[in-house]
Amino acid sequence: MMYSRWYWRALVSPGLAWLGLFVLVPTYALVAVATGRIDELYRPIPAWNPAKWNVGFIREAFAAAVPGGAYWPTVRNTLLYVGAALTLCIVIGYPVAYYIARHARRTKALLVLLIVIPFWVSYLMRMLAWVGLLSPDGYVNQVLAAVGITQPPDWLGGYPLPVILALTYGYIPFFILPVYAGLDRIDRNLLDAGRDLGASPLRNFLHVTLPLSRPSLLAGCVLVVLPMFGDYYTNELISRSPRTSMLGNQVTLFMLGGPQKNRGAALVIVMMAILLLAMTYYVVATARDRARAA
Amino acid sequence: MIGRARNPWRAPRFLAVGTWLYIAWALVPVAVAIMFSFNDGRSRSVWQGFSMRWWWGDPNLSLFHHPDYTQALVHSIRLAVLDMAIATPLGVMLALGLNRWRGRGSRPANLLMLVPLVTPELVMAVSLLLLFTQVAIVPFALVELGTTAQVIGQVTVSLPYVVVIVRSRLASIGEQYEEAASDLGASPLQALRLVLLPLLFPAIVASMLIVFALSMDNFVVTQYLSSDQSTATIPMYVYANTRGAATPALNALASVLVFLTLLASGVAFGVYAFAQRRVRRSGGSAVRELTALDR
Repeated sequence: MMYSRWYWRALVSPGLAWLGLFVLVPTYALVAVATGRIDELYRPIPAWNPAKWNVGFIREAFAAAVPGGAYWPTVRNTLLYVGAALTLCIVIGYPVAYYIARHARRTKALLVLLIVIPFWVSYLMRMLAWVGLLSPDGYVNQVLAAVGITQPPDWLGGYPLPVILALTYGYIPFFILPVYAGLDRIDRNLLDAGRDLGASPLRNFLHVTLPLSRPSLLAGCVLVVLPMFGDYYTNELISRSPRTSMLGNQVTLFMLGGPQKNRGAALVIVMMAILLLAMTYYVVATARDRARAA
Repeated sequence: MIGRARNPWRAPRFLAVGTWLYIAWALVPVAVAIMFSFNDGRSRSVWQGFSMRWWWGDPNLSLFHHPDYTQALVHSIRLAVLDMAIATPLGVMLALGLNRWRGRGSRPANLLMLVPLVTPELVMAVSLLLLFTQVAIVPFALVELGTTAQVIGQVTVSLPYVVVIVRSRLASIGEQYEEAASDLGASPLQALRLVLLPLLFPAIVASMLIVFALSMDNFVVTQYLSSDQSTATIPMYVYANTRGAATPALNALASVLVFLTLLASGVAFGVYAFAQRRVRRSGGSAVRELTALDR
């Protein structure tokens, strides 16, 4: 079409200007604060000139994030809780997505609707719901008392297990939907081919369905891991104890709780570095999948 | 003796049972929390009979009478309307441009658009907070924490969703309508106004509603960029009071949030799906439709 190049450029420029101002510049501000200096009140003095960057705080943050360092408990909690919650998401979510995509017939539309609803129910409402259920006089303890457990655990007293379960509950909708979409796209002819060639249902699943659903499985993992790494509110609502503190809690403490924003910014950079490792694996794995499919 | 063997290719029964158990696990707690907004007593965990007192009945403490609750409700809706008003036009233009612009710079532009989607929201929130509190140059120095900063943050995180929705509609419309318009002598702007925008209308409505729902639900960015109690939104208020001694009016407030976001996203889906079905039924061929017109 004979549209001038400037036509498309004029259309994109306001949006791109917005993203430049409020995505790129803030990222630079984050780096400038992390590489800056502090005044006598520990307030940050950002280093806007890259020539004057001081990597001291970032180096300190990385050194504190390894075993034995000051951040290690929060880093360990984060890796542990996110790992456990991700495992639970896969163990619970994959079979659900598989059943809806493959076997639900008349109920399929209804089931899809029912797994989309939690997606749009506010995360904080879902945590509020569990705080009510898990409170000392709540329904969970009433059910436990009915089956004879009269000394229930102190659910909201600052223990890892409730936090892990809450994270799983909170993020599993974001896992199930992409995995369902991926499983639903698998060509049924391939499954029939496996069946005709004599594969048992289990073999067919392991050698046809599972490899073909790998890309969406990985995508689902990324979609839950990214927000879980930055989560601070689940811990704050379910546990409220520094014992179960995660990276997000430490960052929020620096950012909203005191003047040491430079340390918070450096810690965010550590967090991004850990995520970058995970994302690199994801990119390599999907590229390998694509190369194999081609 | 062996009974009639079960077809091994049928779904194992535990999968069906497990799926329904999952759905119960996902939805029943929320239903219980909504139920407690109708509790007759002050408890949010022990049922003491049905009443409307926390919604309307109590003249001081109910949802629509307590100033904290009405304030959070009004501020949430204010932010959502502003977010819709800014993110939708920006996103529609960005989608139209990115869809056709092939020149140098289009690849980085596409990547930049995706950054807010793949960055943990906490990182976006921290960066924007530092932007508005540490950068002393115009225009950033003019923005103070509070409503303006919250709107900017929410627009930034909701913009990619508008682009994704509008682009998927553009992909299913195809280029023929625009080409036909320009063959018939329409200028680019006329083709946009008279042909593309009407065709995009369902996608624009859908993305407005999605932005509304995203804004109402947004917590991290909105909290980081808030200033004081007057800029608290529903999610912020729920967050601050979940572990406190709040009355069931808190559950009523959260229920309003759930109702509004489910309504908005449900209508958005309906509008979009209806439009897509019409495209598909017409065979997706603009040429055929246009040739049918002059009969």
